[in-house]
Amino acid sequence: MYKILLKQDLVPSIHLFEVAAPAVAKKARAGQFVMVRIDQKGERIPLTIADFDQKEGSVTIVFMEVGTTTARLALMEAGEAIADFVGPLGLPAEIKKFGTVACVAGGVGVALITPIARELKQAGNKIVSILGARSQDLLFWEKELGAFSDRLIVTTDDGSYGRKGVVTEPLKELLESGEKVDRVIAIGPVVMMKFCSLTTQPFGVKTIVSLNPIMVDGTGMCGCCRVSVGGETRFACVDGPDFDGHEVDWDLLLARQTIYLDEEKCSFEQWQKSHSS
Amino acid sequence: MAKLNLNRVPMPRQDPKKRAKNFDEVALGYSLKQAKEEASRCIQCPKRNCVAGCPVDVDIPEFIKAIGEGDMPEAVRVLKNKNSLPGICGRVCPQETQCEATCSLAKKDAPIAIGRLERFVADWERANAGAARPVDPPKPKGKRVAVVGSGPAGLTAAADLAKLGHSVTLFEALHVAGGVLMYGIPEFRLPKEIVQAEVDYVVSLGVKLELDAVVGKLATVDELLNDGYQAVFLGTGAGAPMFMNIPGENLNGIYSANEFLTRVNLMKAYRFPEYDTPVKLGKRVVVIGGGNVAMDSARCALRLGADKVYIVYRRSEKEMPARREEVENAMEEGIEFKLLTNPKQMLGDEKNWVVGIECYEMKLGEPDDSGRRRPIVKEGSEFTIDVDMVVEALGTRPNPLVSSTTEGLETTRWGTLVADEETGKTVKDRVWAGGDIVTGAATVISAMGAGKRAAADIDRFLRR
Ligand SMILES: Cc1cc2nc3c(=O)[nH]c(=O)nc-3n(C[C@H](O)[C@H](O)[C@H](O)COP(=O)(O)OP(=O)(O)OC[C@H]3O[C@@H](n4cnc5c(N)ncnc54)[C@H](O)[C@@H]3O)c2cc1C
Ligand SMILES: Cc1cc2nc3c(=O)[nH]c(=O)nc-3n(C[C@H](O)[C@H](O)[C@H](O)COP(=O)(O)OP(=O)(O)OC[C@H]3O[C@@H](n4cnc5c(N)ncnc54)[C@H](O)[C@@H]3O)c2cc1C
Ligand code: SF4
Ligand code: SF4
Ligand code: FES
Repeated sequence: MYKILLKQDLVPSIHLFEVAAPAVAKKARAGQFVMVRIDQKGERIPLTIADFDQKEGSVTIVFMEVGTTTARLALMEAGEAIADFVGPLGLPAEIKKFGTVACVAGGVGVALITPIARELKQAGNKIVSILGARSQDLLFWEKELGAFSDRLIVTTDDGSYGRKGVVTEPLKELLESGEKVDRVIAIGPVVMMKFCSLTTQPFGVKTIVSLNPIMVDGTGMCGCCRVSVGGETRFACVDGPDFDGHEVDWDLLLARQTIYLDEEKCSFEQWQKSHSS
Repeated sequence: MAKLNLNRVPMPRQDPKKRAKNFDEVALGYSLKQAKEEASRCIQCPKRNCVAGCPVDVDIPEFIKAIGEGDMPEAVRVLKNKNSLPGICGRVCPQETQCEATCSLAKKDAPIAIGRLERFVADWERANAGAARPVDPPKPKGKRVAVVGSGPAGLTAAADLAKLGHSVTLFEALHVAGGVLMYGIPEFRLPKEIVQAEVDYVVSLGVKLELDAVVGKLATVDELLNDGYQAVFLGTGAGAPMFMNIPGENLNGIYSANEFLTRVNLMKAYRFPEYDTPVKLGKRVVVIGGGNVAMDSARCALRLGADKVYIVYRRSEKEMPARREEVENAMEEGIEFKLLTNPKQMLGDEKNWVVGIECYEMKLGEPDDSGRRRPIVKEGSEFTIDVDMVVEALGTRPNPLVSSTTEGLETTRWGTLVADEETGKTVKDRVWAGGDIVTGAATVISAMGAGKRAAADIDRFLRR
């Protein structure tokens, strides 16, 4: 069992846990993830390692409530324990000195990009961050990401905070401004990563995205997480999750994410019923 | 000598119509009377031909004798002395090519039903917990061994090493131990409760089980060796699925057998939504392949409520690698076999869901390297099967997680590890390996045999 040491509600639907997992913390690197299973009957879901503390032996995860597992997680409190917490899985993000790196985060993606931005900053890169959310009440970690950024641009879809609009607009302006950008890292919802990749393609700037297909084991033994990159089938859990956004077959990823929509709905309704009674 | 009795006591089984709709065990097991009757057929050959066919050297005549005498605790003791997982082996060993093939009565086409008797003894023990005679705990020898992977190879190596007095830690990537026994072989052939009971037995010998521990991602093998383990046994299996690489393979509704079986068995999707992991319930299902894995997938799909399940296999029935018994079970349950048939491509709708599978008819040509006749495409023979789900059971290869993070191991071009057949020793100092990771996908009992031989060699090494 893996004890929740600390819980923080970042916004009403997005939560942070620090989980006691010393062995995982010891090996964790930015960009890797864990598979989480709440209890005996629960599903295994992948969540990115948002931070880790080797001294404390803890790993931080940040998750958004979207379905049964994440809604059930959201009800857990510090002191309670999670049955399974497997990691660190996947390949670490590529960290080296590229020059100027644009870190583009959408929604909960800010929690996943922050440790990468921190390591890239430490590696001597100039970091320009673009942080987008639907509205101000879904925005968090502006300060945390800002701390590792030379410049930070915030957008909201409805204009309730920062610039009104989506992240691709400032991204495009940055590329057009003539400032040399050596690499773009985009993490967020699939549609956002797709459009970031389309935005950077004409400028020929390498764009790394973190893919989030449905997973089961997370160790390369089922093939559920297969994605098509550069015309080749890859397993996101072992070959990724980071890939070159210009080579990803986005429509396939979007389609494969919908495989269990009916079942997810059924599971959620059933859980709500049993939970409210 | 008494007259030979050539009437094997048949195994009671669930009715095919009924069992095609549930996940309960198909074979029901002998009663004590039936077991004694079958045991009484054994002629106690002095040459013990049967034992020669068992990779873990079970003292077959002796345990059968004890059943005949009604001394069940003795039967348990004799059996478990050599085999830590008898309830599993009694169910899934391919006995027809192992111990029963070498039994003296096999010549008369009526070998003793050794597997069924073994199963009977194991089930008796579980039902009469505590009745077995306790084994004396060994004297601790102060040596630590890490066993990686808790499939039959790892479980056997761990149990044998613990029995020899070594302190063993068993590392498993998944959230339960058992390997393919838990995630692959379905409940109706091998109830998970039985696997769990045999895993618990191994733990009761003093083995420390570390679940959720992906070696290579957590500690590497070298770190284990530097961290106080004197020896490491690798039994990580051959768990990475292969795909056909034909057009349309990533459509929704197309599974690798590993994914399908893992969802159904390990995550218990057949009890969704009580268990939260879903699986698609195909109505018209094609399973591609001709091995045990294909039979298991097809029979699971049927039990999940499919109207029609086809097995598509590119050679003929004779070449099918699946156990005969399981092919017959599948046929009885109504699975349709499309033999000499091979997929050309998968067809999808506008929402990326699979709707059809286009196949070629095949014919058999000259024998290939494997000695089996090579299937050849009949040009112009394409036809389409309408489907809403496909399961590819084309075989697996070793997951490179361990070999790619360990210096100094030798791998073959199929990704398997090179290890001595007799001892399991790899070319790397203090590292042994056995089971599917060395042989490629094989059998439970061959993996156990490898675990056993490696444990003996590790013990020799540790005592030096
Ligand atoms: C490598 C990786 C890292 C991830 N890291 C994080 C993270 O740090 N924080 C976080 O909040 N989420 C993350 N996700 C997504 C997260 O795994 C899903 O949100 C989660 O599985 C949903 O589970 P559920 O039972 O709550 O909802 P479900 O009922 O399973 O799904 C509800 C909705 O979410 C969609 N969905 C299901 N699975 C995924 C998925 N894998 N990715 C995206 N959408 C999905 C469904 O289509 C559906 O619309 C990550 C995914 C991957 C593959
Ligand atoms: C569906 C199916 C049906 C079968 N039916 C039969 C049958 O009827 N009879 C028969 O004899 N054989 C059958 N087999 C074959 C048999 O199950 C295998 O040959 C046998 O399980 C191999 O044992 P193993 O111990 O080598 O590996 P596995 O059983 O594959 O176990 C390996 C274990 O290692 C773990 N692991 C892998 N990597 C790591 C890592 N890095 N760190 C920690 N742990 C790790 C895995 O999670 C797994 O639990 C079947 C196989 C399948 C898939
Ligand atoms: S373990 Fe398998 S091969 Fe050995 S005696 Fe038992 S059934 Fe036969
Ligand atoms: S070979 Fe057959 S008949 Fe002879 S002892 Fe073994 S099981 Fe009995
Ligand atoms: S999640 Fe199973 S192979 Fe990636």
